[in-house]
Amino acid sequence: MIAVEREARALGSIVRRNFHLIRRYAGWEVVFLFYNVINTLTIGLIGLSLPPGQRAHTVVFLAIGALLWNFLSILFQEISNAVSWERWEGTIEYSFMAPIHRLTYLMGVCLYAVIYGLVRTVVILIVVMLFFHVSIQRADWIGALVVLTASALPFIGLGLMGAVLPLLSTERGAQATQIIQGVLLLVSGVYYPVSVLPGWLRWMSYGSPATYTLQASRQAILGGRALSSLVGISLELFLSGFILVPIGLFIFQTAERWAMHRGTLKRNG
Amino acid sequence: MDSKISEGVSAIECHGVGKTFKVVQRNKWHRVATITHAVKGIDLVLPRHQILGVLGPNGSGKSTLIRMMATLLIPDEGTIQVFGLDVLAHRMKVRRLINRVSVEASFFKKLTARENLAYAAGLYGVPNYQAQKDATRILERLGLAREKLVVPLENLSRGQQQKIAIARALLTSPTLMLLDEPTTGLDPTSRREVQDFVLQVRQEHDATILITTHDMPEAERLCDQIAIIDEGRFVAYASPEELVKKWGEGQGLEHAFFRLTGHNLDNQEQESS
Repeated sequence: MIAVEREARALGSIVRRNFHLIRRYAGWEVVFLFYNVINTLTIGLIGLSLPPGQRAHTVVFLAIGALLWNFLSILFQEISNAVSWERWEGTIEYSFMAPIHRLTYLMGVCLYAVIYGLVRTVVILIVVMLFFHVSIQRADWIGALVVLTASALPFIGLGLMGAVLPLLSTERGAQATQIIQGVLLLVSGVYYPVSVLPGWLRWMSYGSPATYTLQASRQAILGGRALSSLVGISLELFLSGFILVPIGLFIFQTAERWAMHRGTLKRNG
Repeated sequence: MDSKISEGVSAIECHGVGKTFKVVQRNKWHRVATITHAVKGIDLVLPRHQILGVLGPNGSGKSTLIRMMATLLIPDEGTIQVFGLDVLAHRMKVRRLINRVSVEASFFKKLTARENLAYAAGLYGVPNYQAQKDATRILERLGLAREKLVVPLENLSRGQQQKIAIARALLTSPTLMLLDEPTTGLDPTSRREVQDFVLQVRQEHDATILITTHDMPEAERLCDQIAIIDEGRFVAYASPEELVKKWGEGQGLEHAFFRLTGHNLDNQEQESS
């Protein structure tokens, strides 16, 4: 069998496995989605408490933050929790013993995360549009999509780095990924401009890809900026993705080798 | 599987294999490191088409040895070759030739057997339709009804899960099967079915099998050779008949095991399951 075909089949089986798991945890999926919708609406409603002239702009500003964070956090969470999840199920040794490249395994996890994140975000977007009757006719959707795609790459890189932590520490790794996610939420300007952050914290916002994604998406949707004006920021995001993904992969493979030395790959370390 | 195997090479060759684990625990104000020499200086040559049983008390290094052969653990010392391929230098090629059934049936418990098998087959590049067809045939041979394929794994008994784990390993047509206590926790009928199947696999699939077990009659029935491991070292390596003759004093393999290791097997299986 051609190696590429074999790897493609393996990639497909990882994506399919994760969607099967969603079906089995359908109850929880509905609950999480419901919570995300309510959370987004609640944040958007803050905008309605402002004077009429600022309302529409603020609601959209906040909704963009909530929606994008929803997508990017799903991406980060699904990738960084892939190892914890397999370890919890007790399948990690079986999956890691398979004759496929680690890149294929991780690409399968990432592809699933992107599809899953997009589907959930679109559902929330539809509810937000209906709830707030927000006019976004001027929005540059293609521009927003380009920025979103470009921002997925660096977040995949960060997710791969986060996924390493459960390999290094059986118990505390998964907890640490939550902390990273929390810090990204704080410094990326999800619900406020990063300019309001204290100086000692603001420098961290420059290191978060989400900062640029949010800024560019707001420019595209609120300002109706042309696609051409977003090319620069999209290129930066693509470039950071092309740097972060190989670094993430290298770190992951190094950590896997370390775990295979220490014997911490298996479930109970 | 498409990896070519040279004729004349052994299925497994181990030379001076050793593995040490260091566990650091925090004890209030300071850290305490515990060093465990799990495997020490193992030498082994397993010819093709044989069934080798590795017997040893809990914690004697059986699973560590299997994990190193399965490319899941990196040995600290020595070399391991599978069909002439070094497990570190040719990890991917080795992985195409082997499969492993562990004592704990590692599955996504909310998924059905069919879904789990589809995932496993996909990882090895086996088309899903072929995997499902083969799985049904193998599971029927193991005495598991077809309807069980659509039941979530968490609703199946341990014995049924273990049969599915064996079917999963066989779907990939491994040339070397590493069976880590595959019959632990099974009822006598299921145990017998699995044993029959292991013998059939060797015969029909041209496979070499390394099996760890606590069940002496099982070892006597299945194995061409038996290695007894204690505290990480092989203390004996011979055919079951030779072991009984040399160490069993006419009282069977269990007596030989007891003499060689100083351990009683009565509670071993219970502890490991």
